[in-house]
Amino acid sequence: MENAFGQPQNIIVLGGSSDIARAIVKKLCAARAHTVVLAGRNATLLDQASAEAREYGATKTETVLFDAMDPSNAVRTIAECFAKVGDQVDLVLIALGQLGDQRHDENDASAATGSAMVNYVWPVAALAELRHRLVEQGRGRIVVLSSVAAVRVRRSSYLYGGAKAGLDRLCDGLADSLEGTGVTLQLVRPGFVRSKMTAGQKEVPFTTGVNEVAENVLRGLASGERVIWSPPILRYVFALLRHLPAPLWRKIDR
Amino acid sequence: MSRQVLYGWGRTASSVAQVVTASDEAAVASILATSPHVVARGLGRSYGDAAQLSGGVVLDNRELGGIGDISDDGVVTVGAGVSIEQLLTRSIPQGWFVPVTPGTRQVTMGGAVAADVHGKNHHVDGSFARHVLELRLVTPSGPLTVSPTTDAELFWATMGGMGLTGVMTSVTIQMLKIETDQVLVDTDRFADLDAVMAAMAEGDQRYRYSVAWVDCMTRGAHMGRAILTRGDHAARSDVPTPQLQAPRAAKIAVPFDAPSGLLNPLTIKLFNEAWFRSAPSHRARQAQSLSTFFHPLDGVRDWNRLYGRRGFVQYQFCVPDDAGETVVEAIRQLSASRVPSFLAVLKRFGASNPGPLSFPMPGWTLALDLPVGPAKLAGVLDDLDELVLGVGGRLYFAKDARLGPDKIRAMYPRLDEFLRIKHRVDPENRLTSDLARRLHLVGT
Repeated sequence: MENAFGQPQNIIVLGGSSDIARAIVKKLCAARAHTVVLAGRNATLLDQASAEAREYGATKTETVLFDAMDPSNAVRTIAECFAKVGDQVDLVLIALGQLGDQRHDENDASAATGSAMVNYVWPVAALAELRHRLVEQGRGRIVVLSSVAAVRVRRSSYLYGGAKAGLDRLCDGLADSLEGTGVTLQLVRPGFVRSKMTAGQKEVPFTTGVNEVAENVLRGLASGERVIWSPPILRYVFALLRHLPAPLWRKIDR
Repeated sequence: MSRQVLYGWGRTASSVAQVVTASDEAAVASILATSPHVVARGLGRSYGDAAQLSGGVVLDNRELGGIGDISDDGVVTVGAGVSIEQLLTRSIPQGWFVPVTPGTRQVTMGGAVAADVHGKNHHVDGSFARHVLELRLVTPSGPLTVSPTTDAELFWATMGGMGLTGVMTSVTIQMLKIETDQVLVDTDRFADLDAVMAAMAEGDQRYRYSVAWVDCMTRGAHMGRAILTRGDHAARSDVPTPQLQAPRAAKIAVPFDAPSGLLNPLTIKLFNEAWFRSAPSHRARQAQSLSTFFHPLDGVRDWNRLYGRRGFVQYQFCVPDDAGETVVEAIRQLSASRVPSFLAVLKRFGASNPGPLSFPMPGWTLALDLPVGPAKLAGVLDDLDELVLGVGGRLYFAKDARLGPDKIRAMYPRLDEFLRIKHRVDPENRLTSDLARRLHLVGT
């Protein structure tokens, strides 16, 4: 069960080997989380993340393998995760994502579709199943890792940003649909985060590490705010950037 | 039957359940027989998740009404859904008061037993359980009459058992004779915590009722300054116009959720300052109404909304008599952390009872109201847990909304005994709650 500070005991992470997810899981385990189910595609990385979770206080960890390129496995994957928790699920963190190689993928229909699959379609399928299960359960929290890239899509990463934008906007409506069900959905919009997904990319202002994102997420779980920005100042930065004239926007996005 | 979002008085960690009502024992039995998981709920005054059950059935007990005749020696049988307010409305004009009352009248008899509530007279009269003569308990194995002499182990497991042994339908209690509706109160103001604790340790036995309000926001020499109020019921000869009037309903209500952050370090400091200064440094035998003395917060309906959407937690612990310095250290840590906390309530506990999960133990208890919000609050309270556990103390289930399962067995070493008794009447663990799940009280 989750407590008054939004500290969960039983958690599921979809995209469990992502660096941001691992940082969040560590902090959750240091608080109250004791059962952790990590789902992803790389068994070795998931095992590493499981070991880390136990090191930080989890007493039961399980892994589930799935391929996010195939949305038809989402229902089965979620069912497996719930079965492995074996109790009520307090928190589901959706952390899968793939940045891809924009310059290559933008002229390749199959690669472009792949980005949409991992970043949008699979999560949408998962959300439908999660919604159904958690509403039935009478409580629970969904936390979806979006990105500031979803707030205003950039030329340099529009395949990723566009898919995230779709997910981000969909979650807004989904969160509204959950009012009065005992289930809540929160979006996380981090800025540029140093991680293996962004390795080799040029850093921008307000770049943070994964631990700062995790810190802000835990704070957001306690406060219950609908959108968790990391760092928090990006809420205001992007309030401006969203409305920047297009030529200027293109200029800073290089 | 309807699906409803339920939360405790602290308005945190809500969940949705099927809420059903029952007005007699047969209806309760049928709900228990047909629901995989059930917990009873009264007026929702436990602060955390004790009276909610996500995805399960919550039995609203308020239709289990009825107040029997009060016998000449003050024995009365009351429906489990009857509130202390309803009972007092009937009993005070006849010269009877409830033997134990918490800080609110908005508690049902079932809730008072399930949480084994205590009041300002614990050091003399013990908790609610001591005054319960008998109760009707519907268990998954059937309805039973239990008392300290009939199935004593089930009786005591039910006292403070957080509703996990069955659903109570009626409770028979021994009331307290009063001559007037007034209390004679001595008030004393103390500049620091040591002084008030010394006064309580030395003088509480002379009073039936005693409680101190402590300011946890002031650091330095005046850390823990306090107002101590002690008293007893006024006899007819003590007041000019003796009366026996029933309590009046609240006139003021908080109509909407205040913005989270209304109660912040600044506003709380100002309130505490005003509160402290409003008390006389010493005043003896002031006549106060029962409501003013016992239930000051009942004057404002829905006051929990003042804490805003994020809600608040109450942290209440007790420690043994020889660990008084733990109270000082807890207040020191809290004031040093600068986490805002409203006036804290400090009280001495008398003897404990045989209930395996009953909270009070001889010594001290401190209760703190803390708005949810400051990021460090969770950690500050985790540290306080260690402090309390280190001296053999524990936390109160009826207030808790944040503990994890790992410290429960150390706080309640007789949990296994409780579970054995529960298993006898509820072998399938039908009776559970969000609290029981969070703390792994009945297994997961």
